[in-house]
Amino acid sequence: MGLFQTKRRNILPGFGLSMGYTVFYLSAIVIVPLSMIFFNTFPMGWDPFVHAVTAPRVLASYRLSFSTALFAALFDAVAGLLTAWVLVRYRFPGKQFLDALVDLPFALPTAVAGICFATLYSPVGWLGETLTKWNITIINSATGIVIALVFIGFPFVVRTIQPVLEEVEREIEEAAHCLGATRWQTFRKILLPHLFPALLTSSTLAFARGIGEYGSVIFIAGNLPMKTEIAPLMIMSKLDQFDYAGASAVALVLLLISFSMLLVLNGVQEWQQKEYR
Amino acid sequence: MGIELQDITKKFGSYTAIDDISLNVASGELVALLGPSGCGKTTLLRIIAGLELPDAGKIILENKDTTNLPPRKKNVGFVFQHYALFRRMTVFENVAFGLTVLPHKERPSRTEIRDRVEHLLKMVQMEWALKRYPSQLSGGQRQRVALARALAVNPKVLLLDEPFSALDAKVRQELRRWLRKLHDEIHVTSIFVTHDQEEALELADRIVVINKGKIEQQGTPQEVYDHPANAFVYNFLGNVNVFHGRIHNGKVTLGSHRVDAPDELKHSEEKPSRTFVRPHEIGISRIRSSDTDLTGTIKEVRLMGGQIGLNLECEGFEHPIEAEIPRDLYINLQLSRGEKVFVSLNRVKVFTGDYAI
Repeated sequence: MGLFQTKRRNILPGFGLSMGYTVFYLSAIVIVPLSMIFFNTFPMGWDPFVHAVTAPRVLASYRLSFSTALFAALFDAVAGLLTAWVLVRYRFPGKQFLDALVDLPFALPTAVAGICFATLYSPVGWLGETLTKWNITIINSATGIVIALVFIGFPFVVRTIQPVLEEVEREIEEAAHCLGATRWQTFRKILLPHLFPALLTSSTLAFARGIGEYGSVIFIAGNLPMKTEIAPLMIMSKLDQFDYAGASAVALVLLLISFSMLLVLNGVQEWQQKEYR
Repeated sequence: MGIELQDITKKFGSYTAIDDISLNVASGELVALLGPSGCGKTTLLRIIAGLELPDAGKIILENKDTTNLPPRKKNVGFVFQHYALFRRMTVFENVAFGLTVLPHKERPSRTEIRDRVEHLLKMVQMEWALKRYPSQLSGGQRQRVALARALAVNPKVLLLDEPFSALDAKVRQELRRWLRKLHDEIHVTSIFVTHDQEEALELADRIVVINKGKIEQQGTPQEVYDHPANAFVYNFLGNVNVFHGRIHNGKVTLGSHRVDAPDELKHSEEKPSRTFVRPHEIGISRIRSSDTDLTGTIKEVRLMGGQIGLNLECEGFEHPIEAEIPRDLYINLQLSRGEKVFVSLNRVKVFTGDYAI
């Protein structure tokens, strides 16, 4: 099925045209530009490539990028779900205002967010001052990076969960209550499975966004070699040194890992959905 | 007593949905709440289940005051109009849900749950669908599963909110009979809400007719149908012809005709009246059999399955009269459009006073 549906007469018209358009669009916007990374990397040869991408600093940056993006995505999943819940289920004054606030991280230049965080958490900043007293450092640490990524990924989760939550029929929950379920049981056994695909999609988006995020992170991370250098920063610094092939090599590995993770997560979602259809 | 409702009132803002209703349902009885949409019948059902809190009044289930208990402590089974099955659970998991959420101490063992679910599914004739998901079932099948799910927790009372109205006519009728049979077997105190008078008449031990948040009449289907308390009940229980006229000196005017007033209105002073006749209680004949027969012309013939519907234009009547006659009679009399016939109004019902639908 799938690709070969045109062989049989399809009730929905325009499969050929729309498929052609999709392939063309993805090629022009995604595949062709990204393939430049391959072409930039090829002249390098295998050994220098391996050398470039397995340098300790590069490996550390991969670890940092993926782990912070993962933590941020998990945090966003919980916080975003709560926010979506409040926005969908309750009516209160200022709801419109709160709803608009959610989108702000999308609109704001990420560098602005980065500067805000850096100011807020610096040892003389509003929050940083208190936290320093308790020996908690946010700035120049992985925690700081996670905070920036949480901010960036947050709208993805809220905006993906919201419509799904709105769709949940009240009757389903009422049925569960009548059958003796507590509110928590209703949430865990009925609502959560229902929201799970959306939760997975949205945290995947937040995760993917987190891996590629640059602007907001570099201001708060401090960019200490081996400690708080993220992968996109490694690419930028290689470019600054006119090491284009090295930058492409790092980017290529980042791209491949990201793509295969997204592929796996999409597969999980497909498998999740299959049974109920 | 299975269910006792005492002086229940419920308002939504300034709108009174339930206006001081008291109702008793005996243990094991099957009662229909019948009324037009928006009359408050569903609200009343939801109040009994605890899904809605009354502004005033008491709900007593099996001699226990449950007015302020949350739904999960009330031990009622609720069947929703649109099934409300859990989409991501199999039929088995759906039915078992009420048992699996019990606290550890009260929860039956796995095998007990399995036995009970299988027994219930056998009862609703769905044992073959154990591993299916709700999306793989038809509407009628889903509602059966919903019923089994509601019965799984051994509810004290079973509440059904327009359980068949989302189904097509044939399935609806089938399920109706099937539910009646099931109720005769398990005898759980049940209330179902419907706006379909046929359903109420066929299924219920007792019918409670509700309009505008108040009870208009309650009684067995026979009582309610044969002796409607007022014009609203009469009108709601079936198709009717309405004649507006006046009652005067023991006679009621119907168009240009006059008929004897019913006994209880014989000595009434002159006032406006409305006279009702059901379409199937109108006699059609080729020969005049009494002086009170009307003469009419058939304007329209409608095939309605076993019955034939006639639209008659009668002398002295402003509006056409609807009649329903058996198919055999229609064929025997060789009727067709444009034919002249004699029309007798066999059982008229006269009401005075106001009412609105």
